[in-house]
Amino acid sequence: MSDGIAKEPIQLYEARKKIHPKRATGSFRRFKWIVMAITLAIYYITPWLRWDRGEFAPDQAVLIDIANRRFYAFFIEIWPQEFYFVAGMLVMAGIGLFLVTSVVGRAWCGYTCPQTVWTDLFLVVERYFEGDRNARIKLDKDPWSFDKLRKRVLKHTTWLIIAVATGGAWIFYFADAPTLLRDLVTGQAHYVAYATVAVLTTTTYVFGGHMREQVCNYMCPWPRIQAAMLDEDSLVVTYNDWRGEPRTHGTKKAEASGEAHGDCIDCNACVVVCPAGIDIRDGQQMECITCALCIDACDDIMGKIGRPTGLISYSTLNDYNANMALATDPESATLNPDLVRDKDGKFVDAIKHFDWRIFLRPRTLLYFFIWVSLGLALLFALSQRDRMTISIQHDRNPVFVTLKDGSIRNGYNVKILNMIPEKRLIHLSVEGLEGAVMTVSGIEGAPASFATVPVDPDQVRSLRVFVRQSPENIKSGQTPFSFIATDQQSNEVDTYSTVFDAPE
Amino acid sequence: MSENNETDDITGVETTGHEWDGIKELNNPLPRSWLWGLYGTIVFSIGYVIAYPALPLINSSTAGLLGWSSRQNVANDIAALEQGRESLGQDLVATDLNKISGNPDLMQFALAGGNSAFKVYCSQCHGAGAAGGGIYPNLVDDDWIWGGTVDDIYLTLKHGIRYEADEDTRYSQMPNFGADGILERDAIKDAAWYVRSISGQEADLEAAERGAIVYQDNCAACHGDSGEGMHDLGAPALNDAIWLYGGSHEEIVAQISKPKQGVMPAWGDRLSEATIRQLSLYVHRLGGGEK
Repeated sequence: MSDGIAKEPIQLYEARKKIHPKRATGSFRRFKWIVMAITLAIYYITPWLRWDRGEFAPDQAVLIDIANRRFYAFFIEIWPQEFYFVAGMLVMAGIGLFLVTSVVGRAWCGYTCPQTVWTDLFLVVERYFEGDRNARIKLDKDPWSFDKLRKRVLKHTTWLIIAVATGGAWIFYFADAPTLLRDLVTGQAHYVAYATVAVLTTTTYVFGGHMREQVCNYMCPWPRIQAAMLDEDSLVVTYNDWRGEPRTHGTKKAEASGEAHGDCIDCNACVVVCPAGIDIRDGQQMECITCALCIDACDDIMGKIGRPTGLISYSTLNDYNANMALATDPESATLNPDLVRDKDGKFVDAIKHFDWRIFLRPRTLLYFFIWVSLGLALLFALSQRDRMTISIQHDRNPVFVTLKDGSIRNGYNVKILNMIPEKRLIHLSVEGLEGAVMTVSGIEGAPASFATVPVDPDQVRSLRVFVRQSPENIKSGQTPFSFIATDQQSNEVDTYSTVFDAPE
Repeated sequence: MSENNETDDITGVETTGHEWDGIKELNNPLPRSWLWGLYGTIVFSIGYVIAYPALPLINSSTAGLLGWSSRQNVANDIAALEQGRESLGQDLVATDLNKISGNPDLMQFALAGGNSAFKVYCSQCHGAGAAGGGIYPNLVDDDWIWGGTVDDIYLTLKHGIRYEADEDTRYSQMPNFGADGILERDAIKDAAWYVRSISGQEADLEAAERGAIVYQDNCAACHGDSGEGMHDLGAPALNDAIWLYGGSHEEIVAQISKPKQGVMPAWGDRLSEATIRQLSLYVHRLGGGEK
């Protein structure tokens, strides 16, 4: 089947092509610096915020206490059975991501994803020690020298320090931060803490320093999922061919020739700043994380050559297509930017511009509605949730016991949950069972129709409770009744229905 | 690979020739880091085979340089567990049996240990819920034949009841009033009606009146003047609602005529002192323990 042309053999594996992103300046870069500062600050500072939790839990504002099965976030304390709050927040995060993506594309990837933030941070270090793009390319090619070695050692050392700090900060979310830090430094922390730091140090160093865009391209599923979330009205970083093509190498020369020419002067500024190593002028690509640094780079050039900014811009596919139609010569089917420019070089009014009302479309409104509803539902549930509950388990073996005097006794395992960080006295009583008295293990006192049970802060108290009915009151078979737990100080009440068994 | 490879117009990349609903698979190269990942797993597996048991032989497998075995692992875990319990176990043995409940940690240890030991050694006769059944006494009610204090329960557990292999076992024997001809058949029937009457059950009152005399002469010495029983002799109370061998007239007559005598094995030579103490406290806590 050979067609006579020697084909290049297909390569099964491909080495990473090293990318040397140039530093960009501009409004998007400034925005990214701010987001980076905020996200890093949140990550590093959060575990150190203090919050008074009494003597039974660490005074930490945000804490995932796996050993004691509690999750603390400021004034919210979540018990394992309330995990639906966390699940609800995760669902909200998911819907929020859909919402943001359908409005402004891969904003998560471009600005807030940890991979992006840490890669950016590692690039700052790289640039500080090795210089900007050209200097780094040169350094890569240079033979080994003392200077090159010094720069490389400094860079990798700093990367490792950042990586250790990153891995180290993670574990502070799971234990009292000051105590853990002291234990870590003095070598007394649990080996799991050291192992976690080691693993996260490695991943931070490898992903941020060495793999960078490969994580996005090969490891992360999100770039592939994006495609399903974007539509024709989503804002994405777009090269506006309709005013850029055909490209020239110098406006003056092009103007002198009198031929149709676009604004793109093929300066490659958008390519050299790209951290993904792509050419945005090839159109939308899976690799593009929409960090918008090419917009900054191109706007800078457009300013210098006296053309309006926005050759690369956040645009919707609909606007882009409309403008492309305007700029396409119907006869030759080629692009002619003169069709959208007047004689002074200004763009004609028919050009479609971004209109914020495109944000309000059924899809985004639906996402927003679901997101807000979930948030309100969670807030409502949070305000209504019980902070004191009981749960009862009736003995099954034996279901009842006959006592010497002929009375019948049933046993129950009672759990009283005190979900606030203060000690409480819970009044436990039996209702709906005539003449019933109860004895509670560990609580002194003669059998009575109620008992007062102290429960420690943030604790579950398990009790064996015996309920006893004397012969004259016994009804044969099962009699339903209720346990009622009351905190007489706060007036919180919880009722649990169960049964009393007697011989048929 | 297919030989009809074509080149995709948009990307300029060769396709593999595979097509699904018009979507063609591009033949992009894999990143080399994946290849290194594969080599890494191969190197790891070689190291693993050398260090750990891996290759099956006819009767066993290669042992591995580290000498690790899952059986040894379990043995170590159990040893570590026992070592962890050792100090609590010593405390349990050293503390006065009646004072253990004042120490919450020790008490929790005792109840948890008692719970698991009960399931292993006691539940076969007394039932998983300790409610007894048949000829085996109920341990959750408040009626005790040989006493229901912690000390009584401990003694019963340690030396058993009517367990001849143990010198210190507690022993008593109710005479065969009927089988050995000690009492006439009618006297036994009367005595049975009397016993029913003092426990508040329906009775032939006329016969019970006659039976009262029989009772005072033959039964009260052990079972008490009013049928309250006597723990020291293992004589059950007869004036309550609990009947180990049945409370009907026929069953009482049968028991007087030729009594059933329960045997409980001694556990002192089979279980550790700590375990017996755990069981004593556990059983005492089941609901009927006496002070």
